[in-house]
Amino acid sequence: MIELVNVTKTYRMGEVEIAALRGVSLAIEDGEMVAIMGASGSGKSTMMNIVGCLDVPTSGQYSLDGVNVGRLSDSRLAAIRNRKIGFVFQSYNLLPRLTAESNVELPLLYARKGGSARLAREALGRVGLADRTGHRPTEMSGGQQQRVAIARALVNEPSILLADEPTGNLDSHSSLEIIELLRELNQSSGITVIIVTHEDDIARFARRTILMRDGEIVDDERARTQ
Amino acid sequence: MSPQRTLLSALQSVGANKLRTLLTLLGIVIGVAAVISLMSIGRGVQESVTSFIQDLGTNILFVSPSNGALTLDDAYALVDPVLAPSVDQVAPEINVFGDVNTTDEFGARTVFGEITGVTPEYQEVRGYEVDVGSFIGIPHVAGASDVVVLGAQASVDLFLGRNPIGQSVKINGREMTVIGVLESRGGDAFGFEDNRVLIPITTAYRRISADRNVEGVVGVDTISVLVEDENNMEKAEGEISRILRLRHRITDEDDFEVRNQQQALEAFQDTTQAFVLFLGSIASISLLVGGIGIMNIMLVSVTERTREIGIRKAIGARRWDILSQFVLEAVLLSLGGGIIGVLLGMLIAQGMNVTLLAEEEIRTVVSTDITALALGVSMLIGLVFGIYPAMRAAALHPIEALRYE
Repeated sequence: MIELVNVTKTYRMGEVEIAALRGVSLAIEDGEMVAIMGASGSGKSTMMNIVGCLDVPTSGQYSLDGVNVGRLSDSRLAAIRNRKIGFVFQSYNLLPRLTAESNVELPLLYARKGGSARLAREALGRVGLADRTGHRPTEMSGGQQQRVAIARALVNEPSILLADEPTGNLDSHSSLEIIELLRELNQSSGITVIIVTHEDDIARFARRTILMRDGEIVDDERARTQ
Repeated sequence: MSPQRTLLSALQSVGANKLRTLLTLLGIVIGVAAVISLMSIGRGVQESVTSFIQDLGTNILFVSPSNGALTLDDAYALVDPVLAPSVDQVAPEINVFGDVNTTDEFGARTVFGEITGVTPEYQEVRGYEVDVGSFIGIPHVAGASDVVVLGAQASVDLFLGRNPIGQSVKINGREMTVIGVLESRGGDAFGFEDNRVLIPITTAYRRISADRNVEGVVGVDTISVLVEDENNMEKAEGEISRILRLRHRITDEDDFEVRNQQQALEAFQDTTQAFVLFLGSIASISLLVGGIGIMNIMLVSVTERTREIGIRKAIGARRWDILSQFVLEAVLLSLGGGIIGVLLGMLIAQGMNVTLLAEEEIRTVVSTDITALALGVSMLIGLVFGIYPAMRAAALHPIEALRYE
């Protein structure tokens, strides 16, 4: 359960203050699949960073599963990112020197979980890459790399999966595969999926679309069908 | 992340850029190798001289003048069953520098060095065995005879292995007859024992010494005193001092000095310790330079891997995880360099034994304490110079780090 109440975020760039979020209130229930849309500079990435516990609000309140995140220390935030949140980035952000399996294993190592190699292989199996465990990112296509990233996001069984323009670097065929995979995960595991995108085709897969402009939510629309 | 995993991850990072790693190691390798090899010479000198001093025996006292003068009569006055019951024997000596020459059908040969004027007791007090001929006797001293006893090596150098007994040599231009050759004592610090040239003390004082006195009492440089029982060293020192103060009519400050082997050893070890430390500290400078090299490369590495740090933080790495990873990488670099440096240093120390020191009696000694110290210091260098770059890495904000191109 994600709850933002009147959240603002202001950046200082030298003398100038930039208001990236100007009072956002939002609630996302467990198991939802949400698309966040908006032009660049609309504040959608800032909101994702706050929801993902990579950043804390300037004012307002963000609570995740009832815990007020704004007051937590760096290491508590790191623990939340590790256990509750999975990230998928536009540019995959895999570590180039590590194999697919080692990349997927990494969150488990920071969680100090046992049997990490086996869990990592299972996660790769879930995204259809059981036969690519030993490959390095450079030896894989963009779609495959993004699936490794999704496996890495899933491996610690988080309750929320945040995808920031997950298909931005992919062709339409791979994009479709990735978005289908995310929807499948949402439906089968009940994991909350939040996708930041500016492509309508991608947003169509979500049951709820939030539109942002100038640091504010201007539209919050639930699909009637599906 | 568990310590083993952190280690594995650090090893992978260090191994990823082999040439750079190797070049970074080089600073530490050279520093440690320099420390190990230089200190091995220092230790070698220390050990061989220590064993030389210990070979002289522990029941010997040395009496030498300090702003005064000792005479032959002073020396013999110490052999007194009533006033000095602890004293067994005395061996006074005079040291003069000079050259010893021989000429035969093969040409002229010279041995330079210390010529020692001694009495018959010198043989027993210093434990010399005569190989051929005889040692200096009482008549030689009484008559200031022109006779000489040679060390084994000195004899070989002057007479090329032929029997020197009855042959003559010239010492500082004066013709002397060889009456004996000492048995070889084997290796010691500077080949000192086997190169000895011994003549009667009176001859040395009256005829060979640069400031020779034909008349008057015979001066003495050192009196070696053999003490009957090595448990009575302090008692003997007291007896010697009492006799000499009486003879010299001293009421306040002594004009002589009594030293025992232990003191001689300690005084010597103090000087060599300073020498060893001096060598070590010069070599340590290169270790410092190596440490700065590591810090430099770690700072570059942190900048290059900003994105990696961002990714690791996004998926749940805490500050400590990042800090320990980078510190460990620095320590691996410096410790790796340390290990290679130790091996290289040992190799150089061995190499010096067969090249530079091949002709010398000194052998390099690579001691475990110095090796352990060098490894410890190199590890510490990694820690000290790695901590700042690691702190920079750990303090990076995940969002800014992820955005870094």
